[in-house]
Amino acid sequence: MTLLEERHDQPAPVAPPQPPAAGSACPPARFPVRRLVAPLLLFVVVVACWEGLSRSMHGSRAYLVPSPWSVLTKGLLAHDAYSQILPAFGRTAELATTGLLVAIALGLAVGALLYRFHWLERASFPYLVALQAIPVLAVAPMMAVAFGYSFFAKAVIVVMIAFFPIPTSFLLGLHSVDQGMDDMFRLHQASWATRFRKLAFPNALPNLLTGFRISAGLAVVGAIVGEEFFQYGQPGLGMRLLQYLNQVEYHRLYGCLILSSILGMAFYGFFTWLSQRVLRSWHESAQRRP
Amino acid sequence: MSAPAILTRTRPATRETAPEPPATAATPTAPPPVASAAEGEPLLSFSGVGLAYADGTHALAGVDLQVRSGELVSIVGSSGCGKSTLLRIASGLLPASCGAVQAEREHLGYVFQDATLLPWRTVAANVGLLCELRGVPRERRRQLVQSAIDMVGLGGFEHHHPRRLSGGMRMRASLARALTVDPRLFLFDEPFGALDEITRLRLNEELLGIFEARRFAGVFVTHSVTEAVFMSSKVVVMSDRPGRIVAEVPVPFAYPRPPDLRFDPAFARVAATVSATLRDLVSPSPAPAALAS
Ligand SMILES: Nc1ncnc2c1ncn2[C@@H]1O[C@H](COP(=O)(O)OP(=O)(O)OP(=O)(O)O)[C@@H](O)[C@H]1O
Ligand SMILES: [Mg+2]
Repeated sequence: MTLLEERHDQPAPVAPPQPPAAGSACPPARFPVRRLVAPLLLFVVVVACWEGLSRSMHGSRAYLVPSPWSVLTKGLLAHDAYSQILPAFGRTAELATTGLLVAIALGLAVGALLYRFHWLERASFPYLVALQAIPVLAVAPMMAVAFGYSFFAKAVIVVMIAFFPIPTSFLLGLHSVDQGMDDMFRLHQASWATRFRKLAFPNALPNLLTGFRISAGLAVVGAIVGEEFFQYGQPGLGMRLLQYLNQVEYHRLYGCLILSSILGMAFYGFFTWLSQRVLRSWHESAQRRP
Repeated sequence: MSAPAILTRTRPATRETAPEPPATAATPTAPPPVASAAEGEPLLSFSGVGLAYADGTHALAGVDLQVRSGELVSIVGSSGCGKSTLLRIASGLLPASCGAVQAEREHLGYVFQDATLLPWRTVAANVGLLCELRGVPRERRRQLVQSAIDMVGLGGFEHHHPRRLSGGMRMRASLARALTVDPRLFLFDEPFGALDEITRLRLNEELLGIFEARRFAGVFVTHSVTEAVFMSSKVVVMSDRPGRIVAEVPVPFAYPRPPDLRFDPAFARVAATVSATLRDLVSPSPAPAALAS
């Protein structure tokens, strides 16, 4: 009660909250435009360099670097181009998404398991690292033998490539729980499950979301590599890339490359958006810098 | 043993602001006007407690300490002498290597040096955490959270995340969180050590207000002699590692204590006694006012 009396004659601190006004109303209005300026400028520069490069190519080597405009018209917008490349884009996106989702599910499970059982983490981590170091193209033929030339075999390749960053980033986040906070949970007899759910898991989110972002990029690479290797079924971007290379269809080859990187950007962009959303209110990484 | 006695005697003459009549305040542990039912019940007792860490660090040796409800005991001592260790043992986080410990564990408040707020939770959700862990029903939890938030003066900031609070406000939130368990034993580990002087003084006064209202048994670790004397009914001085209690200085001022008690000459004398004891630990010299234990 003395406390409450004293509070009243204090000048500033307990004013009605003002920060929200400054924090939420202002930045969104300005944000998108300013952020787009730099990438757009760079885009113009890159396209100009590309154009310059293609003009400097002479004679028999000119086909190696078609001009940006001809790639756009002949390699992407022409009917025979997009009718092949767009479906391929869809299939590769599907393969990469499937593989990534499986890698995420597996990575979360493995991460949680290794966190739960310390001895298991110590015992198995070297093998996890070893697994990561195996060149995927070397095991691809084994996959083909084991699972046939199937969607499943390709998805396994994607999972193998995209898996590693998820358990490692997850474990890093789980282990970086502040000692004082852990003490507080223990002090009130919180079970392991409660500590995991209310402390370790949310604490690991920033790391985990970074892991997702890295894995997403890898999944796209994995999907294209898998398709290039298996050369089977409905053609995805990987198969088309090889095909156009063999047929010396460089316009469409470039079109394919552009769509591949758009796919990678879309994956990356999605997870960047996701982590902004999840972490916005509390983590430094999700704060906008002017 | 002589210094506090002198202080007690001079107190009535030097403090016109004293709310208590001099006659009743003559004893160092004068009972407060607001008495709770379990006044004086020992809620923490250490006898012969020692602790060695696994790596061989001998942190505490032969600590005897008793804290009763309505008592706020400050612990001062140099850095690394084992103060935090003592609190961790009291809370049950760390088992003592030897000696006997008895402590209230159900209604236990523990405020750490950092606010230890979960950054992904709002102030209200952070304050409600302990109730949540203990399975307090939602409606009751909401009431407890609201009253704790009001008590520390954080009303209006319930939906803020910790990163948008100042250091002082984070400490208030941490305090509010501990208050939700209705502590009967309250441990403070340098709670205001990281704050600026003005905020620290204000929070001292507010915490004292809460203490005067709740009459818990408190252990308050601090590096500031002024803070220790202002807050507590007894200041305990610890030696360097392995930490043992080298002096206990009673603080003979009744609660509630007005803020300007800090400018009282009698206050200055108690503070000087504590400082002198601390200084003697660093450079041993003929002790001027060696005290009990
Ligand atoms: N987990 C641990 N393992 C080994 N030694 C430790 C551990 N924790 C603390 N110590 C040591 O025990 C001694 C006492 O530590 P403690 O944290 O209790 O000191 P303190 O009095 O709280 O210091 P400060 O005032 O700086 O907070 C220190 O020398 C410290 O190095
Ligand atoms: Mg400490």
